[in-house]
Amino acid sequence: MSVEAREARQPWILLSPALTAVALLLFVPLLFIVVYSFWLRTATGADEVGFFLDNWQEALTDAFYRDILLNTLKIAAITTLACAVMGYPAAYFIARSKGNKAILLLLLMLPFWISYIIRTMSWINILGVSGAFNTAMMALGIIDEPIQMLYNEVTVILGLVHFLLPFMVLNVFVSLDGIDTNLEDAANSLGATRWQAFTNVTLPLSLPGLAAGGLLCFVLGAGTYITPLVLGGPTDAMFANLVFEAIITQLNWPLGSALSLMLLVVLGALVLIYNRYLGMAQLMKGLG
Amino acid sequence: MSSVTLNNIVKRFGNFTAVHQSSLEIPEGAFITLLGPSGCGKTTNLRMIAGLLDPSEGEILIGGKRVNDVPIHKRNLGLVFQNYALFPHKTVAENVAFGLKYRDVPTEEIPKRVQDALDLVQLPNVGDRYPKELSGGQQQRIALARAIVIEPDVLLLDEPLSALDANLREDMRVELKRIQERIGVTTVFVTHDQSEALAMSDQIVVMSEGRVEQVGAPEEVYNTPASEFVANFLGASNILESRCTGTGDGVAIDAPIFGQMTIPAEKAPRITGEGPAKLVVRAEKLQLSDQPAPDGSVSVPATVETVDYQGQAVRYFVRAGDTQLQAINMIDGHPFAEGAEVHLHLRPQDCAALPG
Ligand SMILES: Nc1ncnc2c1ncn2[C@@H]1O[C@H](COP(=O)(O)OP(=O)(O)OP(=O)(O)O)[C@@H](O)[C@H]1O
Ligand SMILES: [Mg+2]
Repeated sequence: MSVEAREARQPWILLSPALTAVALLLFVPLLFIVVYSFWLRTATGADEVGFFLDNWQEALTDAFYRDILLNTLKIAAITTLACAVMGYPAAYFIARSKGNKAILLLLLMLPFWISYIIRTMSWINILGVSGAFNTAMMALGIIDEPIQMLYNEVTVILGLVHFLLPFMVLNVFVSLDGIDTNLEDAANSLGATRWQAFTNVTLPLSLPGLAAGGLLCFVLGAGTYITPLVLGGPTDAMFANLVFEAIITQLNWPLGSALSLMLLVVLGALVLIYNRYLGMAQLMKGLG
Repeated sequence: MSSVTLNNIVKRFGNFTAVHQSSLEIPEGAFITLLGPSGCGKTTNLRMIAGLLDPSEGEILIGGKRVNDVPIHKRNLGLVFQNYALFPHKTVAENVAFGLKYRDVPTEEIPKRVQDALDLVQLPNVGDRYPKELSGGQQQRIALARAIVIEPDVLLLDEPLSALDANLREDMRVELKRIQERIGVTTVFVTHDQSEALAMSDQIVVMSEGRVEQVGAPEEVYNTPASEFVANFLGASNILESRCTGTGDGVAIDAPIFGQMTIPAEKAPRITGEGPAKLVVRAEKLQLSDQPAPDGSVSVPATVETVDYQGQAVRYFVRAGDTQLQAINMIDGHPFAEGAEVHLHLRPQDCAALPG
């Protein structure tokens, strides 16, 4: 075998364990879901094997699903925006801090050591009827009755921002950290104020990081079902809750499959658009 | 175009003092170089003039006006960095036009000003390209164009040539000097390369550990170093602990190896009278020969110990008595071999002396 042929094969040999795992654990189940989505659940509770378009028709035409999908995208969008507005200054601060960058990054990663579910539930202890906030307000005599602040859209968004902010900060940080600080100095020396130097130089150069962070926040936010389950009210279901409902509660695998594929396609399209304009390399940088 | 004055500038970082009590007078239109080894405070000085750092003490005047409290974007300075610092998301033309946007330049005049600047740096046709599509030398020219297009009062250059390879660096050095003379802007140039400093400057400021060691024209700092540090930093020198035995007609020095000699008074301006002195013998001035010297030169026998062949020149380490000396000689034939017995020739007027 020639050297070239051996070198050409080497990456595939090295990749094969990972590829096998991805194939077995991701693509095969995904294929099952595609197949399931064309089956039909009958009144007796058994699934009828075949090629039925009923689930797809229901998923695509029922206004109920459409509204919840739109609401899900709206919540994800608001969350992403909030993360960007709050995360960018924090990332800027970390990137520009001299000695303690490593400590600040460590603090940023700290929440990842605690389960996301527990972090979400912690809001009950803070904002719940007998939570820290109400207890303190009552002790201070500011309110007589505890206020129910939980179980609405705002707390869902709050929980999502809490969960997703570090992803945003990390992505923006990576982008900002790669920008030569001489560029801002150069802009200042040419007559730009600090703010002008920021908007004309630093901000545009950090947009890839902002976009990568935004994509992550949006996709993770739109796909969540735990946050609305824990912090949302009865009317705050997000799309993934519908999938959960269909599959776990109603045991309607075919409909659940069709719904989950629908969400996958919408979010997948978003990733493709992102990839078309900004590329995956940036996302990888932000994750690593 | 303006003069620049530093009055007793001190810069401390925490309890570390990077610049001690520096004063400097830079006349209008001059090209002055801050020269010194790494970490001696050159960049710190430059950044204080630029307004990127605040001095801990002292004042900075540009064109006679105190600028300590003037923010950088109002100082009207051209700044060129070692790593070019071009805006990667803007084209070359947009980079050069950047500073004009913040000045009262009519929009329709901007393209012409940009083109003139690009012509001046001899890159008239790259306006539409992005910085990463240019070579290092070209990027540095664009950085220069961006700094001079705003017609700065002072041009500040922080090791602008050190990222370039040797040949290009020499070309750019000539080019930079040509442009500076053409526009006549007061220029402060930072380098740790002595040949750059000698070739380009009107005045050289030699710095060491945050202190100004000597200020003078290139020949002055080269021929009459004010301290042992300057003698060693600008080329290789042999420093011999000697005695001054009289200061009548020239300065009489009694040196080891070379014995008694009289050097011109202007080569020993800091010697005031008899006492300990240091004789400075530049390596280039110590000539090896297989014959004793003609009259007028000092001549002492020595043995060649090490030969460092460099093409048109050779660096010898020779031993005379129990002292090792360094000599750099131009050669046209074969260099002396190691172990050869030679005569060292030295003209007294080529030596300098410092107080001991
Ligand atoms: N922001 C800072 N904080 C603390 N110390 C600093 C800071 N900037 C510079 N120094 C110190 O001040 C001294 C002078 O630094 P400076 O950058 O001026 O050196 P330089 O002469 O430009 O050296 P080089 O040739 O390596 O660029 C150095 O010892 C450096 O470590
Ligand atoms: Mg420096």
